[in-house]
Amino acid sequence: MSASPTSGFHADSVFAHIDRAPEDPILGVTVAYNKDPSPIKLNLGVGAYRTEEGKPLVLNVVRQAEQQLVNDRSRVKEYLPIVGLADFNKLSAKLILGADSPAVQENRVTTVQCLSGTGSLRVGGEFLARHYHQRTIYIPLPTWGNHPKVFTLAGLSVKTYRYYDPATRGLNFQGLLEDLGSAPSGAIVLLHACAHNPTGVDPTIQQWEQIRQLMRSKSLLPFFDSAYQGFASGSLDADAQPVRMFVADGGECLVAQSYAKNMGLYGERVGALSIVCKTADVASRVESQLKLVIRPMYSNPPIHGASIVATILKDRDMYNEWTIELKAMADRIISMRQKLFDALRARGTPGDWSHIIKQIGMFTFTGLNSEQVAFMTKEYHIYMTSDGRISMAGLSSKTVPHLADAIHAAVTRVV
Amino acid sequence: MASTMLSVASASLSASLSPLENLKGKLKVGSAGLSFNKAKGNPFINTKSFCRISMVAAVNASRFESVTMAPPDPILGVSEAFRADTHESKLNLGVGAYRTEELQPYVLDVVKKAENLMVERGENKEYLPIEGLAAFNKVTAELLFGADNPVIKQQRVATVQGLSGTGSLRLAAALIERYFPGTKVLISSPTWGNHKNIFNDSRVPWSEYRYYDPKTVGLDFEGMVADIKAAPEGSFVLLHGCAHNPTGIDPTPEQWEKIANVIQAKSHIPFFDVAYQGFASGSLDADAASVRLFAARGMELLVAQSYSKNLGLYAERIGAINVVCSSADAAARVKSQLKRLARPMYSNPPIHGARIVANVVGDPALFNEWKAEMEMMAGRIKNVRQKLYDSLSAKDKSGKDWSFILKQIGMFSFTGLNIDQSANMTSKWHVYMTKDGRISLAGLSLAKCDYLADAIVDSFHNVS
Repeated sequence: MSASPTSGFHADSVFAHIDRAPEDPILGVTVAYNKDPSPIKLNLGVGAYRTEEGKPLVLNVVRQAEQQLVNDRSRVKEYLPIVGLADFNKLSAKLILGADSPAVQENRVTTVQCLSGTGSLRVGGEFLARHYHQRTIYIPLPTWGNHPKVFTLAGLSVKTYRYYDPATRGLNFQGLLEDLGSAPSGAIVLLHACAHNPTGVDPTIQQWEQIRQLMRSKSLLPFFDSAYQGFASGSLDADAQPVRMFVADGGECLVAQSYAKNMGLYGERVGALSIVCKTADVASRVESQLKLVIRPMYSNPPIHGASIVATILKDRDMYNEWTIELKAMADRIISMRQKLFDALRARGTPGDWSHIIKQIGMFTFTGLNSEQVAFMTKEYHIYMTSDGRISMAGLSSKTVPHLADAIHAAVTRVV
Repeated sequence: MASTMLSVASASLSASLSPLENLKGKLKVGSAGLSFNKAKGNPFINTKSFCRISMVAAVNASRFESVTMAPPDPILGVSEAFRADTHESKLNLGVGAYRTEELQPYVLDVVKKAENLMVERGENKEYLPIEGLAAFNKVTAELLFGADNPVIKQQRVATVQGLSGTGSLRLAAALIERYFPGTKVLISSPTWGNHKNIFNDSRVPWSEYRYYDPKTVGLDFEGMVADIKAAPEGSFVLLHGCAHNPTGIDPTPEQWEKIANVIQAKSHIPFFDVAYQGFASGSLDADAASVRLFAARGMELLVAQSYSKNLGLYAERIGAINVVCSSADAAARVKSQLKRLARPMYSNPPIHGARIVANVVGDPALFNEWKAEMEMMAGRIKNVRQKLYDSLSAKDKSGKDWSFILKQIGMFSFTGLNIDQSANMTSKWHVYMTKDGRISLAGLSLAKCDYLADAIVDSFHNVS
């Protein structure tokens, strides 16, 4: 480094006080995985779907849509409106709320294109922090690692409600009802629409109905995170049921949608935030305020991924093809669950592993503790988050035995 | 009476009002005839009938009832208004998006080629790292500083892919808020309208330095230097790398040296917004001269880049924030903290635009083609400036000197028209522009210069 002749050079950096941040706990798993030279290493960290051959997957219907877009000479790259691609917004609202949703037909829903699930949550959180009278959001314990930071930076204060019961490896429903029951009136409540991340534990439909009644009685505001519609059960409609139940009672709610997993559009950052309001007039005012949140954040959203989604959703054949490819992904994951469960049983691994087949979606909360996880990484080159979460999407028939061996060893040798 | 009782259940919607006030406010009924207790909490909450009531209660007042309608964005709102206008002579000189002589949007040939290549290759759509596409980050820093620049060779630049210029500025603002709390950003008067919004939303204080001199329709250099000098030591100074938006007025190289002197003397931190590299003069290197001048002095600085205009990638949202630090270690630490700010905003940036840039800049043949297309775009704008100047000089008999139009550079021209005169441009002549008097020359064709000149001459002389 050479000092400048005009003596303006700082021997100390103005950034001297800035510490190195640790790697993101979830994305950092892949960073560590990439560094490992072992040929038997397994990445069960981030929730990105893998084929039976362990490869990333771009859906056929996505490739088709992209080819169509590239061949269309009339396409331009002009700025989208602040709220994003209009077709995409309408189709996304219909996808999650149902094509015949009265809320949609009555124009009571404002939908804005955002940067996948994260961006939709952040924009929704910022809007609530500015315009909603109750600035507390209740998030389930545990929840996706990024949720607390998203809402805190958005300006909300974050509290938790009981959710996961380690004893049963299922839902602590009583605790959930108690905690939501004692929340202040009007508080915001984050709900995972389906395939809870990281636990894979979802309420039953009957439990959802009880949750709905409790929340409406206390005027708690639902904020759904819908990142796995169609991916959890294989059915787009079934996975949207909890959201639709809340909308059906005429009440208001927010929904953050992501197309990262169900359309495999991870890196394109495609998602949408819908706010279901009491009236069309309110929805229109809310939309105008959402624009004020978005403009100073990134001005307007990226066009590519949203165009792919719109192309697929509006074409009947492509839509049908999509549902078939989506079901295939969901089915493969369900079969991996069964295979892992069978493999642990075959090894006589101590403990009840039935939660593996009861939990739903991309992730399984194994119940392994952080020492056991560290052991599995060190001795078996298994990469996963330290809370014991594994991505079933990263497993194949070939790698299940290795994982089962690792779990067996961890459970029997590490307490 | 039954319906009134039912609606009281909804009173709990507003925690701050008593049920009675809430009821009156929402339903606009008098209190006479209502008999229930005025306790603060919802009187119905423990009754058995409450659960049944709650189904109906859900359909009363909105929790967002008090949300007001926000005004349209002053810049993007212009295009919306233009679209709604049916007049045949309408002209959109609002947003800065390049148009061909036929006034059509333009997708660069190199971009189409890159996209075709990408589709042929069939690459995957996995998440990018939080900091973005590595290949993109490498080429964008090299493009800005020059591949041989010591700051690059010494790994002193923290580069993080951002959502075009806006997103990159926002990441930088978030970094400033967190690590330089209370430190101000000095912004030019005027500046791009969204700059203030970005700093406001990031809770970063700002103040203005003089920049535009309406008397000369040029740079108020003395005022600029004085205001930068007067600011508290260690402030951030937001500078437009080239093609100042909205004025089109750039400092000369000699003036840049003097600006650098005063910034160094006050230990300020330069913060460049580079949205037009290559687009202003037609030369990528010439347009980066101001940034490189500061970097050559060994200063630490920030640079936000955008590929919206120079690669026509507006809607793909591709840009970067670069932080030049005095050591590789500092750069690594700063980069890690930028990632920590991006993660709760959008997790990781979109791949498509990043791949296009990496492909174009990384391939020598495509890169050369790009430079030619950029020269063409910049050339068209220069021609239009000349024609507009010629038309104005011919039509304006008052002897007013319109040569500032030729001295300004880039996509925009500050006409010197005030709010009322700009409004006249729209209401009488159907010329859409921002109310600060800015016109986008990228939206002007040679064919329309005469019409525009008529509009400007009329607005300037007949409206005050």
